[in-house]
Amino acid sequence: MTSYLEFEKPIAELDERISELQETADNGELDIAADLKRLQKKSERLLKSTYKSLTPWQKTQVARHPQRPHFQNYITHIFEEFEPLAGDRAFGDDQAIMGGFAKIDGRRVMVIGHEKGNTTESRIKHNFGMGKPEGYRKAIRLMELADRFHLPVVTLVDTSGAFPGIEAEERGQAEAIARSTQTCLSLHVPMVACIVGEGGSGGAVALASAERVLMYEHAVYSVISPEGCASILWRTADKASEAATAMKVTAADLKKLGVIDEIVPEPVGGAHRDHEQACVALKTAILKHLDELSGLSDSELLQARHQKFLSLGEL
Amino acid sequence: MSWFSKVRNAIPFIAKRETEDNLWHKCKNCQEMVFLKEFEENQSICPMCDHHGRIGATVRFVQMLDEGSWEVLEAPEVQSDPLKFKDSKKYADRMKTAMADNDYPDALTNASGTIQDHPVVMGVQEFGFMGGSMGLAVGAAFVNGVNHAIDKKCPYIIFTAAGGARMQEGILSLMQMPKATVAINQMRAAGLPYIVVLTDPTTGGVTASYAMLGDIQIAEPGALIGFAGQRVIQDTIREKLPEGFQRAEYLLDHGMIDMVVHRKDLRDKLASVIDYTMSGIKAA
Ligand SMILES: [Zn+2]
Repeated sequence: MTSYLEFEKPIAELDERISELQETADNGELDIAADLKRLQKKSERLLKSTYKSLTPWQKTQVARHPQRPHFQNYITHIFEEFEPLAGDRAFGDDQAIMGGFAKIDGRRVMVIGHEKGNTTESRIKHNFGMGKPEGYRKAIRLMELADRFHLPVVTLVDTSGAFPGIEAEERGQAEAIARSTQTCLSLHVPMVACIVGEGGSGGAVALASAERVLMYEHAVYSVISPEGCASILWRTADKASEAATAMKVTAADLKKLGVIDEIVPEPVGGAHRDHEQACVALKTAILKHLDELSGLSDSELLQARHQKFLSLGEL
Repeated sequence: MSWFSKVRNAIPFIAKRETEDNLWHKCKNCQEMVFLKEFEENQSICPMCDHHGRIGATVRFVQMLDEGSWEVLEAPEVQSDPLKFKDSKKYADRMKTAMADNDYPDALTNASGTIQDHPVVMGVQEFGFMGGSMGLAVGAAFVNGVNHAIDKKCPYIIFTAAGGARMQEGILSLMQMPKATVAINQMRAAGLPYIVVLTDPTTGGVTASYAMLGDIQIAEPGALIGFAGQRVIQDTIREKLPEGFQRAEYLLDHGMIDMVVHRKDLRDKLASVIDYTMSGIKAA
């Protein structure tokens, strides 16, 4: 069962009527097949038109949808093999950032990403995808491993932000993020970063400083959450919708600004309505970019990555 | 426009009219009133409690660099207001106010000079300019400072002070994190030292990028340094924050920085660090 977002209320109402009718039809009381079909078509059309013109704030909600595919779902649908690797070798193993060796269409890569969890229990285990220093240090370790053994790096970015807490500060959250970004920028192997849900600030950049950045159609990527921005600049979180528009957080905006390289299409109604179809599109895009990058030498890759960030926003 | 000539002649505080208010300085820490002149002659350190006051770029250059050795580097031009951002106020208007209130066109300014005869390029982030926030101009100034240091074959020293990224430039402000980091990698490739002096306050995306990547990490006493803001942390964990949390001394205790240095000793300390890190490098 898909859970509906606030702005999907008209679709939810239609779908409810459809299932009521369905029940009646199943009881064989009336011949309402034609009615049913008409309503289903209407619902599909409404879903399509709603998702065609989502506002940045609506996209933010889609990107945060609890049923959106998460790290484990991508692993299942995109990679034929996954060999998880754990730990930062200094403090612990952060479950908010997962990673390991993986095979994608026969190719060996290192995959690293945020995991938000799919159930109450697993959300707590994965700290809602908010990484701690040991998570970023695990990512650094895995990227360095990939660099030494010539494995391309694929990242799946989906976090509201790095964890803001006492122990995270104590263990150097800022340094861990900075060092992780630096490690991305120092790799001699291809790196493809995918913003799959929320790209929340520094906690996202730390895994997304790649020469190729892909982004799902309804994902968002921003310097601060719309609520955070609104409460600082408008002095009320109620203006989150305005803040989301002003900050330009959508894939289309970021493509125009040159921050991302490709927009990956989502199924009608968002990735959460059809994990499999969403993953097919992402897999195709990842493979295409890995292919394009495979012809570049170590120094060309490094150069391309450096040039990308140096020239961003230039006159 | 040349900011260089404007700045050369300007020590901002003596230009102001000496009204009653201007004669006194009230310490933010101990609340004591001291003569402003005495406070400034004491490097903006409270003579009563040793609290290190916030200082801007010009004063910092005067304090740190050898007299007559330095000149301000012209700020690189960048896109202004790339998103045409407007909240309760237009970003363009906020910028106008900030520019009118400050000596320099944005929140990071570089100077080229010497510290006890060691050539350096030094960048100072101005908290008074929109909270020192990092946008395109700060990123471009950082890269420019690094490029000058590489040309001169000398260290790049940055004095950080910022609330974080400049939200009004949206994702482009966030992209200054990797941008500055690319420049740091280039310093590294050139074999030159990158020295960070953390000053009060340094938080958010600035801390989570170039402020934490120094070969040597120095902090001024009592400086607030952290990733997340204290209110955000309190809202998340709903506990009281420990005494001295996110202060320079706390970071030292937790192994995040090399040293906490009193402002009066900073010049000597920087000279010493430069002497060691540059000893194997031939001058340009
Ligand atoms: Zn005092």
